Amino acid sequence: MTKTLLILGAGTGGTMVANKMAHHLDLTEWRIVVVDRDEKHYYQPGFLFIPFGMYAATDVVRPKRNFLPPTVEVIFSPVERIEPERNRVYLQRDNRVLHYDYLVIATGSHIHPEETPGLVDGGGWMKNIFTFYSLDGAVQLAKFLKFWKGGRLVLNVAEMPIKCPVAPLEFLFLADWFFHERGIRDKVEIVYATPLPGAFTKPRASAVLGHLLEERHIHLVPDFYLMEVDTGKQVIRSYDGQEVPYDLLVSVPVNMGAQVIRDSGLGDELGFVPIDKHTLQSTQWENIWVIGDAGNAPTSKAGSVAHFMLDVVVENLLRHMEGLEPLPKFDGHANCFIESGFDKGILIDFNYEVEPLPGKYPLPGIGPFSLLKESHVNHWGKMLFRWFYWNVLLKGGDMPFESQMSMAGKWV
Amino acid sequence: MSTDILATVAFDDQGYLQNPADWTPELAEALAAQEGIQLTEKHWQVIRFCRAKAAETGKSPTLRQISLGTGIPTKELFQLFPKGPAKRVARIAGLKKPEGCI
Repeated sequence: MTKTLLILGAGTGGTMVANKMAHHLDLTEWRIVVVDRDEKHYYQPGFLFIPFGMYAATDVVRPKRNFLPPTVEVIFSPVERIEPERNRVYLQRDNRVLHYDYLVIATGSHIHPEETPGLVDGGGWMKNIFTFYSLDGAVQLAKFLKFWKGGRLVLNVAEMPIKCPVAPLEFLFLADWFFHERGIRDKVEIVYATPLPGAFTKPRASAVLGHLLEERHIHLVPDFYLMEVDTGKQVIRSYDGQEVPYDLLVSVPVNMGAQVIRDSGLGDELGFVPIDKHTLQSTQWENIWVIGDAGNAPTSKAGSVAHFMLDVVVENLLRHMEGLEPLPKFDGHANCFIESGFDKGILIDFNYEVEPLPGKYPLPGIGPFSLLKESHVNHWGKMLFRWFYWNVLLKGGDMPFESQMSMAGKWV
Repeated sequence: MSTDILATVAFDDQGYLQNPADWTPELAEALAAQEGIQLTEKHWQVIRFCRAKAAETGKSPTLRQISLGTGIPTKELFQLFPKGPAKRVARIAGLKKPEGCI
């Protein structure tokens, strides 16, 4: 009898798993089914560039089907519920019920601005309050910025964890550059209010990035835990009563796992699936595996991490199918290009144990990328990455980086 | 109360208890006093919850977990443990520093 590998979500993680598994599995024995609610694939790292007119919406959207192999069955439908005790998934479309032998959860993380009082319901949403964590938000913000005459721009992160924790910093650096180019930098005050104790969580990167913020006259408000947005007074207010006034508020709202994860009782209080952080297997169900930001692994919720998880998930699925123990190979590896404006970028490379350090990457001593330091090459790496993403990465092709982090080329 | 008790145990460079087995309720009182907090029953409710949660998951709970788990609104948690309750409670409760989710 044919067995079923069911993949929920065809974003970065789910698409890569589908491609790899279609290559590895005997498709006379196995059926691979991918379910997603949306037919469009979004290149989410590109949202960041839209507010500044560097990318248009059309640059970051492609049909999902184009990136999935023809041997994989694709169903576009919202998922109602997962029933792990019976190995079943209930779809909204035609009330279909799918049985699975193995389930890969790749349902991602999603913004919930409605979690913060006043953010959406205060009347300022998409007027002078925006987010670049959605395509629509990024496009609306681009329209607003085009004719903005200046004022106080506040970027706020509501709560950690968030998808792509460096994106807020990149937004700030790009904003500084954008207003310079438009000749109104002296009319714009840029403020960063974050629940983190500094610019970033890891000490050495936090120091370097914090210094860059200072250099660019971006004012940091650390330890700011957002309670509400007071649109009448135009301030954001923290739980301990601090108020930060704004003219333009750019929000990174609360991030949560998918609704279906919460509805199925599979998530923690934010709807992220508890997993073994080294094997990427669900801690509750041995035939459920998680890739990307749908899980609760304490690493960045970023596409590069999903990519580094890929080989571990695929190998462990194949091992488990053969009755072997999963291997604890995932080390939390993350690798982020941070746009710093003026055609420069910074690259950081780290894992669960090792914080971002200076050095060269991926070739020790040579690069071409510089770690934890601004360079033009890093910027071009980021720009070229979009091509790699659409043409190589999603299809499970080889990237010139190792899945496990290497200490070679790092200066300790 | 004497704070000498603090000299009898080891802390890491960020002020968190090195050996969780060293924790005692008296130590919690001393650590709280050091931060200007007089522990009330409500504080203890939070500390007990955090210790139980950490024993279960191996991690110090987040602010959201504490608020949901104890039923105490976040705003009140900030009054009980000013300036970052999750980190403060973790320290007083003898737990590890909450993982920076990055």
